[in-house]
Amino acid sequence: MTNGKFFDEMSEAGGAPRAPYARYADWFSGEDPKSLLKKSAEAETFFRRIGITFNVYGQSEADERLIPFDIVPRIIAASEWRQLERGIEQRVRAINAFLADIYNKQEILKSGRLPAHIISGNEAYLPQMVGVSPPGGVYTHIVGTDLVRTGENQFYVLEDNARTPSGVSYMLENRETMLQMFPELFTQMRVKPVSSYPAELRRSLSESAPPGCTSAKPTLAVLTPGIHNSAYFEHSFLADQMGAELVEASDLRIVDGKVAMRTIRGYKPIDVIYRRVDDAFLDPLNFNPESLLGVPGIMDVYRAGNITIANAPGTGIADDKALYSYMPDIVEFYTGEKAILQNVPTWRCSEEDSLKYVLDHLAELVVKEVHGSGGYGMLVGPAASKKELAEFEAKLRARPGNYIAQPTLALSTVPIMTQKGLAPRHVDLRPFVLVSPKKIHITAGGLTRVALKEGSLVVNSSQGGGTKDTWVLGD
Amino acid sequence: MPMLGRTAGGLFWMFRYLERSENTARMLDTGFRIALTGSQQAESEWESIVTTSGARDLYLQKYDSFDQAHVINFLLRDKDNPSSILSSIEAARSNARMVRTALSSEVWEATNETWMLLKQTLARQVSVKNLAEVLTSVRQQSSLVRGALHGTMLRNEIFDFARIGTFVERADNTARILDVKYYVLLPSAAFVGSSMDNAQWETILRSVSAFRSFRWLNESDSSPKAIAAFLILDKRMPRSLAFCYAKLAGNLAYLSQKHAGTLPSLEIAQQTYAKLNDREIDSIFDEGLHEFLESSISDTARLASQIQEDFRFYG
Repeated sequence: MTNGKFFDEMSEAGGAPRAPYARYADWFSGEDPKSLLKKSAEAETFFRRIGITFNVYGQSEADERLIPFDIVPRIIAASEWRQLERGIEQRVRAINAFLADIYNKQEILKSGRLPAHIISGNEAYLPQMVGVSPPGGVYTHIVGTDLVRTGENQFYVLEDNARTPSGVSYMLENRETMLQMFPELFTQMRVKPVSSYPAELRRSLSESAPPGCTSAKPTLAVLTPGIHNSAYFEHSFLADQMGAELVEASDLRIVDGKVAMRTIRGYKPIDVIYRRVDDAFLDPLNFNPESLLGVPGIMDVYRAGNITIANAPGTGIADDKALYSYMPDIVEFYTGEKAILQNVPTWRCSEEDSLKYVLDHLAELVVKEVHGSGGYGMLVGPAASKKELAEFEAKLRARPGNYIAQPTLALSTVPIMTQKGLAPRHVDLRPFVLVSPKKIHITAGGLTRVALKEGSLVVNSSQGGGTKDTWVLGD
Repeated sequence: MPMLGRTAGGLFWMFRYLERSENTARMLDTGFRIALTGSQQAESEWESIVTTSGARDLYLQKYDSFDQAHVINFLLRDKDNPSSILSSIEAARSNARMVRTALSSEVWEATNETWMLLKQTLARQVSVKNLAEVLTSVRQQSSLVRGALHGTMLRNEIFDFARIGTFVERADNTARILDVKYYVLLPSAAFVGSSMDNAQWETILRSVSAFRSFRWLNESDSSPKAIAAFLILDKRMPRSLAFCYAKLAGNLAYLSQKHAGTLPSLEIAQQTYAKLNDREIDSIFDEGLHEFLESSISDTARLASQIQEDFRFYG
């Protein structure tokens, strides 16, 4: 399956299965491909019926799409996972320390390890957060670290996703689906469960409640922009699974110095808000006066320490692409250790030499917008036409500071099930991290996104990507 | 923690719209039967149905006459008509999506499936040949959701709001059906016993799925009074006004237990129910059937807006 150029996670170069896949490959060889394809189709019906859909921006709001699901699991060995876990924990710890510093003493700027211009004038840096201490000192309660693999022991962090990472509902539903379709595999292989994620989320958020909250069971709410948001399914799913209210901004109001929700018997106070809205839509009084969305005055309650907002406003500065290239320094500065997980080499197009290099090598590079997300507005050099390259070059010259460039990584592949049998496709991995004042918890698993088109390196669901269940094996 | 006002509102509207889709399907079915008999009455029957659905003005903005094809399309799948079956199902599903955390997975899935199925079925014009089948499927789907509700949901406040939405819509619908045809039921109608009137009564009964049950209960007496009594006062009949109001008063009484003081909506429901309980049909005819029905329609509207206020659907 390996074509030599890319690392395949299932098979060795000679075709023999890699160790974590040995059992699976054995099982697979005894299955009838036709019946597997049939199961594949069943999975789709199942997802559509329960309504695991996402809305695509820029299309009619009624257009709810399904993220394609592939039935071949992505399998990670226990030892591989331990390494990732250590690296992720280190990185998330550093990010929280960085946020506390950058909104308070700014020692990293004083030390010269991070140039001040990266922060000043960066829209992701919120002056409203300066001097604010979030309850328990936690800024990023929920993180989804995007990783890619290029070899046996080569993992890179692609993005830190410290704002409002999505996709965890797919991790859970994908596992549910696999358990239903292939129960026998789970009896043969020791796959670590992911199903406790909602309970862990509840625990983690409860531990992060404001100090003034004396209840053993703080009141939690998930704040959603509403049913037309692309991730609405996930918002309602998580609220449901962890027993929290699913609220919209119009349900909330400040009552007696607390954030309160409108129930059928009047306003009731909330302790912790897991918000799935952007900073700009949190508080029209403090952020975006044009916005009809948001809860006027919520930032004042926050500053007074009477509500936990997860993640804290302003965490976007930590996963800003302009800052990404400094992450190894940031990790070292706050943890005193070398970063365990590697960063992808990055050219900052704002720097003249880098820009020149990028323009000279455009056809080999991946160029991203500093503030973009979801695979929109990015160029994958090797896959681009001459015309696209020329267009992008013009954009780069016009606003170099808006872009960073990275080498096209030889992303690892995992096979997917196709009409013609197994076929390798490129994947990435988003594990989910929960941070409370007491501990950092990483669910053994995550969301594997897969580029379904042969040869494609773009795994985003908005660009034709699919998902796989991710299995972390026990020892 | 009491539920969100918005969630209560979403449940209320989800079930109002589901009930509406079912009621509209039943009315279309009835109209279609009459058209099949080749009756001269067909066009005025289609007109009555549009009037009953409450969308007469909207209809007349689009069409000049009440011809069968237009009426069917308008009530079945016209997105400009917020009460068409397709619009109702979309609204029900949208509300269900909003209150999904309050629903059992069976109720959500039944609603979602209904929407997926009917969206596809109603994507194109429905031919006369297929109409009966499509209408049957609308009624079946609605029953499926109701069945899931009864079989899988806790009997708590969530259930109450679902039921209140259902019965507000149903009371309104039954009163409208009667009011559009009230003249047929008046004792002064000259043609009692003529075939035309029989067809009209039958229409009324069929449009509330009560043709056979009425026959069964009233073998000999098919007088206008008996029909009116059946649809307004008979508490055995699940679409009668008395039945709907008994349920509304019951559900609101349950909801008010946890409220400080008496809920104004409960008072309205109880007062309206008092006008129906232990009442003789003669006294309604003395009061004036049309006047009675009009006040019943406005009582229901008043109740709906009071419920919305009492339980803070919107703020």
